[in-house]
Amino acid sequence: MELDSLYQEVILDHYKHPQHKGLNPVYTAQVSHVNTSCGDEITLNLNVENNVITSITWDGQGCSISQASVSMLTDLVTNKTLEQADAIVKSFSELMSSKGTAAGDPEVLEDAVVFAGVSKFPGRVKCALLGWMAFKDAAIQSQGEN
Amino acid sequence: MSFSVADIRKDFPIFERTIRDGKRLVYLDSGATAQKPRVVINAESDFYSKHNAAVHRGAHQLAEEATDAYEGAREIVAKFIGGQENEIIFTKSATESINLVSYAMGNAEAGNRFALTASDSIVVTEMEHHANLIPWQQLAARTGAQLNWFNVTQDSRLDLSNVDQIITANTKVVAITHQSNVLGTINPTEAIVKRAHEVGAVVVLDACQSVPHMSVNVAELDVDFLAFSGHKAVGPTGVGVLWGKAELLDELPPFLTGGSMIENVTMSTATWAPVPQKFEAGVPNMAQAVGLGAACKYLSGLGMDAVREHEIALTGYALEKMSSIEGMRIVGPLENIARGATISFTLADIHPHDIGQYVDSQGVAVRTGHHCAWPLARAMKVPATTRASFYLYNDEHDVDALVEALLGAQKYFGRF
Repeated sequence: MELDSLYQEVILDHYKHPQHKGLNPVYTAQVSHVNTSCGDEITLNLNVENNVITSITWDGQGCSISQASVSMLTDLVTNKTLEQADAIVKSFSELMSSKGTAAGDPEVLEDAVVFAGVSKFPGRVKCALLGWMAFKDAAIQSQGEN
Repeated sequence: MSFSVADIRKDFPIFERTIRDGKRLVYLDSGATAQKPRVVINAESDFYSKHNAAVHRGAHQLAEEATDAYEGAREIVAKFIGGQENEIIFTKSATESINLVSYAMGNAEAGNRFALTASDSIVVTEMEHHANLIPWQQLAARTGAQLNWFNVTQDSRLDLSNVDQIITANTKVVAITHQSNVLGTINPTEAIVKRAHEVGAVVVLDACQSVPHMSVNVAELDVDFLAFSGHKAVGPTGVGVLWGKAELLDELPPFLTGGSMIENVTMSTATWAPVPQKFEAGVPNMAQAVGLGAACKYLSGLGMDAVREHEIALTGYALEKMSSIEGMRIVGPLENIARGATISFTLADIHPHDIGQYVDSQGVAVRTGHHCAWPLARAMKVPATTRASFYLYNDEHDVDALVEALLGAQKYFGRF
């Protein structure tokens, strides 16, 4: 079923068992984003020390796609430099705008390549990007402070 | 004539197509926009292919025909809601209709009955669509007037226990929805209208979810302004209606200014044409207004009481079937009294967006989210809901398809 390309097991697994959920009170930047079309909300705390992401935590509510996506993001960028994280975000954004034509680079995105299926559903791309856009904001703010 | 959904569906070309790899289209999103019967599509197309010209000007036959068609539509719409022709203003949407009233009130100078100051109040309800909330929030912000509102009870009705405290001697305008686009609740207007008129306030009724679904008569309701959109009433997009009592429209200052709405113009001054032209600046959305005329005619042909009866029966069936699903929470009145055929719900802990996606894969079109009524979602303590909104072309098969798809969603997302 076409739907299975959207709801991959690893996505639903992250949805049921979200990583890094629960806000760490220590952070260099805190941002809140909403998806205005459906009301999904996310707050993200990012802590950057010497240009390295030492902690990224979040809280929020939303659909399986938005929650799994932010969960996977936090796994991916923890202990990365801001530059490395930026490259990951770029790669993910490209995948999301591929309309189902790209497979994603597993070297960069690891498990997050499963979101390739989401790019075929234009209504869900915003869900997948919610946490990533929040992270992008937080990274810019943290950069200013470092 | 008996009400036959099978026959009605034949009038709507969209039901000839299939969806998601050959599945029957189960369209349960008429609360967002209704599908169009062939007569509406043809009316709009005929206007362009046979009569197109700018109305109210041009000394030629096409201009005459276009004007006849446009003014003919005004007559049909007026009759459809029990108003007078000169009380019907064509706008681009119901949103514009409400903004017209709120901005025009903001333009009123001291001495005009619509002029607002910091000592005045504006009253809305907690169940408003953003289109009937934000224009009033903004008017309050611009004038310093206070914004007050009726709360919604946990059983999805307006809390009218304190009408006299909410609507006070300082209230200038009361803007309420006739039927909630989320809850389906049909609001009683009588007590609100009575109290508003007692204190000299005008009542603006958002009838977007009522006019397409039941017989609505402005004289009986005794409201002062009423707004609805064409596209939710099987009409075209790009046309809305503002109805207002003639003497109030006379006193209300214009909103949009320009061509067609003037009486006399010098380099430094202008005077206004009589209503409704005063509120229709520019070349109007003629083809869409004509299409809306055809839509009202189509609905009248079926009979609005028959449409309402059909929807009551269908709502009863849907409420019963849906309530039997484990984990179902209907966000709206549970009893089939004073409620329309809009049913919002949550299903256990499956996010509405995921439900919407799954039922779509089964050919069932629903809406998910806060439905442009974010404060209401907060009041009902739900981040989002799934909404099935039924209309004249839906029947029990559609309810069954929805229920089956919801059971499928439970199975699909419960597999972990």
